[in-house]
Order: sequence, then C-alpha cells, then structure tokens
Amino acid sequence: MPVISTIVLAQGPDWIQFDVEAFVSQFWSNTIDGLAYGSIYALVAMGYTMVYGVLQLINFAHSEVFIVGAYAVFFVLSALGFGPSAPNLSVAALVGDLVLAMLVAMLVSGLVAVALERVAYRPLRRRNAPRLAFLITAIGASFAIQYALFAWRGANPEPAVIMFRPKPVFEIFGATIDSQQLVIFGAAIVLMIITDMFVNRTRLGRGLRAVAQDPDTATLMGVNKERVIVLTFLIGGILAGAAALFYVMKVPAGVQFNGGFILGIKAFAAAVLGGIGNIRGALLGGLLLGVIGNYGQTLLGNAQWTDVVAFVVLVGILMIRPTGILGESLGRARV
Amino acid sequence: MPLLELNDVCAHYGRIQALDGITLTVEEGEVVTLIGANGAGKTTTMRVISGIRPVSSGKLLFDGDDIKSLRADLRVVRGISQSPEGRGVFPGMTVLENLDMGAYTRKDRKSLGADLDRVFSLFPRLAERRTQAGGTLSGGEQQMLAIGRALMAKPRLLLLDEPSMGLAPQFIAQIFRIITEINEQGTTVLLVEQNAQQALSRADRAYVIETGRIVKAGTGAELLADPAIKEAYLGVA
Ligand SMILES: Nc1ncnc2c1ncn2[C@@H]1O[C@H](COP(=O)(O)OP(=O)(O)O)[C@@H](O)[C@H]1O
Ligand SMILES: [Mg+2]
Repeated sequence: MPVISTIVLAQGPDWIQFDVEAFVSQFWSNTIDGLAYGSIYALVAMGYTMVYGVLQLINFAHSEVFIVGAYAVFFVLSALGFGPSAPNLSVAALVGDLVLAMLVAMLVSGLVAVALERVAYRPLRRRNAPRLAFLITAIGASFAIQYALFAWRGANPEPAVIMFRPKPVFEIFGATIDSQQLVIFGAAIVLMIITDMFVNRTRLGRGLRAVAQDPDTATLMGVNKERVIVLTFLIGGILAGAAALFYVMKVPAGVQFNGGFILGIKAFAAAVLGGIGNIRGALLGGLLLGVIGNYGQTLLGNAQWTDVVAFVVLVGILMIRPTGILGESLGRARV
Repeated sequence: MPLLELNDVCAHYGRIQALDGITLTVEEGEVVTLIGANGAGKTTTMRVISGIRPVSSGKLLFDGDDIKSLRADLRVVRGISQSPEGRGVFPGMTVLENLDMGAYTRKDRKSLGADLDRVFSLFPRLAERRTQAGGTLSGGEQQMLAIGRALMAKPRLLLLDEPSMGLAPQFIAQIFRIITEINEQGTTVLLVEQNAQQALSRADRAYVIETGRIVKAGTGAELLADPAIKEAYLGVA
C-alpha cells in the first residue's frame, strides 16, 4: 500500500483531501460498479445522441421519457407483488417478471417519446421554426411532464421496489462482481450492440444515417424523413425504458417526479463526451462518466463529489477534443 | 405525352420568388438541358421536380399524372432520380453504401447486382474505391458517385444538377461522355449546366432560364448557333 495514506494539499483549502489509499484499494470495485452505473447513462445517452444526430435537437425532455419508464417499472413490479424486501422467487420467475417490466417500460417510454415528437416538435418543424424555439419547447416539455407526474403522484418518491439481493458471482483483481452489476452491464451492452447493428446493417438504419448526414439528399434517395424521425424517437425511448429498469434495480427508491433530471443531465454529458450524434460514443461516454464519478467520489472521500469530478473531467476532455472522444459520426460535417 | 411537363410553375423561398412561371417539357428518351446564369433558378427547378421544394402555383406532370402534391420520397418510386447540386455524397458512408442508398426504394433487390455492375462499368474508379468513405473521394469521384447513385434507382427521368461543377477538364469531358452513354442506354435526362458549350452540344433540346423564367427554347444546335446565347453563355464576344 502507498506510503502516503492521506495527502492534504499543502497550501490548499482543508476541505479538499485526497484519499489515495482508498482510491487504490477500491479501484477495481469502483471500476466495476462505475461500469454498471455507466451502462445506465449510456442507454439514456443513446436517445440524446440519436435525436441530435438526426435533428440537431437537444431533446431535454428525454430525461422525462426515461423517468416515465421508471414509473412503468414501479407499477408493473408493484402489481407483481414486489416491494421493499427482495421477493422469494425462482430465478426463472424473477427473470420473467423483470423482462415483463422492462418490455412495458420500453413500450411506455417509446410511446411517450413518439408522442412528444408529434405534439411538441413536429408542429415547429412544419413551420420551419428557428433552433431556439425547439430548445425552449424541449425545456418546456420536460417541465410539463415533470409537473404532470408531480400532480399525479406528489412530491415523494414511490416506495422502494427491490428486485433481488445482489449475489457475488466472481472476483477480478480482488474485487467482487455481483449479479446485479453483471445483469445491468450485460443487458445494456447487448441492447447497444443490437441498436448499433440496426443502424449500420439494416436498410431502415441506413435511411436513418442518411437523414443524419444530409436530410435533403436522403429524401432524394426516397427516404421518408418523417418516418425516420419517428423511428429515431422510438428507439431512443425504448432504450430509455430499458435503462429505467436498471435504474430502479440500482436505486430502488429513485422513482420520483424529478428523478430523471440529474440522470438526464449526466446522460446528455455522456453523449457529448463520446461525441454527440455518435452511437458508439454514447456507450463510451456513459461508461467513462460512470467510472470517473466513482473514482472521484472515493478519491475525495464524499459522494457529493461524484458529479463534480465527472463534469470537471468532461470539460477537460472537451477542451482537448471539442467534438467528443469519437467525434460526430451520425451527424453531417458542420461548419 | 411528354414524360415531364412543367406549366407556368412558380416557387418561393419564404417571400423570395425563385421561379416565376417556368414552362418546359421533356420527352421520353431525350437529353434536355437547362442553362442559365448563377441564381437564375435552375436548382430550384430541379428541386421542384424532385419535390424537396414545393410548387406554389402552376402544373407539374410526370407521365401525365399531376405529382405536385406527391411526397418527394414517393416521386423516387415513380421514377424520378436526382443527382443534386454539390453532389450530396453521404460522407460517412462507403461508396457501396452510397450506391445502395440510391436503390433505397427498389423492391427488386435481386437485380441490384446487375445495376451495380453497370455503374461500375460506367465508372471503373468507383469499383476501385468501393469500400472507401464517400467523404474521402476527390471531387470528380464524388460526382461519379452521385450520378452512379442516382442510376441505382433505375430512374425513368434522371435529373443532373451541374455535374461538371468544380471538376478538372479531363473529368468534365468524361462526365459528359457518360451522360450520353446513359441516355443511349434508355434513360431520359434533364441536365442543368453552366458549362453551356458542352451541355448544348450533347442535348436534343435546350431551355435558357433567366431570373426564374424561360427566355429561350430550341434544339441544342439552334441555341449553340444563336448569337445572343453565344455572347451571354459561351463567352464569345
Ligand atoms: N435556400 C434558399 N433560401 C433563399 N433563397 C434562395 C435559396 N436557394 C436559392 N434561393 C434564391 O432563389 C433564386 C434561384 O436560385 P437557384 O435555383 O439556386 O439558382 P441556380 O441554380 O440557377 O444558380 C436565387 O435568387 C437564389 O438567391
Ligand atoms: Mg444551382
């Protein structure tokens, strides 16, 4: 173990302390847990990045598309008898229940995203509204959904729904990987790969990339741009719904009207970090943000530092690579 | 019945009127060229035909049917394919993917191989570069790709908007040769050009457009010989 266990900055304020020993000893467990959190950011980041890639629109209401999915997870699992203590179920029954909750959440979030596009953004597009109008509308839609949820469910979080008690599965460099981390990371990676394959290998996916790179020329190829836009919102919503299941798995009492806000900002940051408009960038950015937040929290010895550190690193990376780590690949070349 | 007919077509960008009553026809099997100065309305005419700009008034008929309110993507299905001004190559897609985008609406996916071979025999350069990203091609290669891609739709009417723009002379000659070849293989062509000399000598008929109106029409040879045209567009004093 390092000789210096705690470094206090010689001249610095004494409220910043670097706990290097904890950072080193918890490095691998922080990495593993950060990857699980990061998977959730990455799934939500996909929605931001795809909509941005196709429309150059930052869909601020995407965090609400996500939290509505979390409500769907809560209601489905509550109806299935889940509650504040882990249920006593066979693995098969548990998997069945969770898959059901995920599918419902995907459906609900997907529909909310499509409805949002229809109600909020399409009318602006028809009128050729300036970009700022879209941005304001997006923020307005975000608040509208939040306060609709508030009016319906009140200010308090919903009671916790525990899905299962995480069990250690295997060890790596002395750190334990538990079943929950494994499920979240594995499922998120599979979903991201499916999305990536859809976008890169199918005809419809190619149409989507064409609209992102050059909408007018895509139309000249016979691509129905409106259909592509709906598809983009739908895919983003579906992935946010899946993310909602994993979020509730990790934060069982996190279903609250404004619960999407912080996570949404982090997912958006993850999208920017990886290169907005870039699907693989969203994955990379999400995972990085999850891991870096965990490192920072341990290094500085306080959970309140998680987001600060994550954003400081984000700004640092953007100073070196302004278009994000992987750059804008769905998007067109911009001036 | 002409394959394409525009009758008194007007078009606007906001309050700016870009087309002020365009009337022209293209018969099946022809090469028709539209020449005119910068800003005359050539590109807008092409966009109105392919449907990415709306017609504000007038008639637009394709194969006898009114297509004025037909969605642009469905006009591709009807047989109108365009190589846009500035080429519009998808920079992040490979040459093959770009060509495949041209065939986006095709139902007969089985015969795509033969059409790909045809494009590669017209443009052997593209075959060599098939896995290269569109954005990394030279200007001439991008132009070939844009034309080849438009052909992949198996169009009845091929719209080419300034295919010679920004190209080196040896590429320009090659592009015009290939346009003639495409036409001889049975595709009707409407060609927009600033390179009036080449365009007129390759065209069956031609129109001259000025500030959104057709001011002159005739066979390619007639316009080539016209003194006013010579002075304004052929650089002959
Ligand atoms: N996107 C646009 N917005 C506003 N005006 C435009 C736009 N595109 C073209 N115009 C105007 O329409 C007229 C015709 O343009 P265009 O059809 O591009 O001409 P050409 O292709 O013959 O050079 C010009 O006066 C031009 O300024
Ligand atoms: Mg033009």
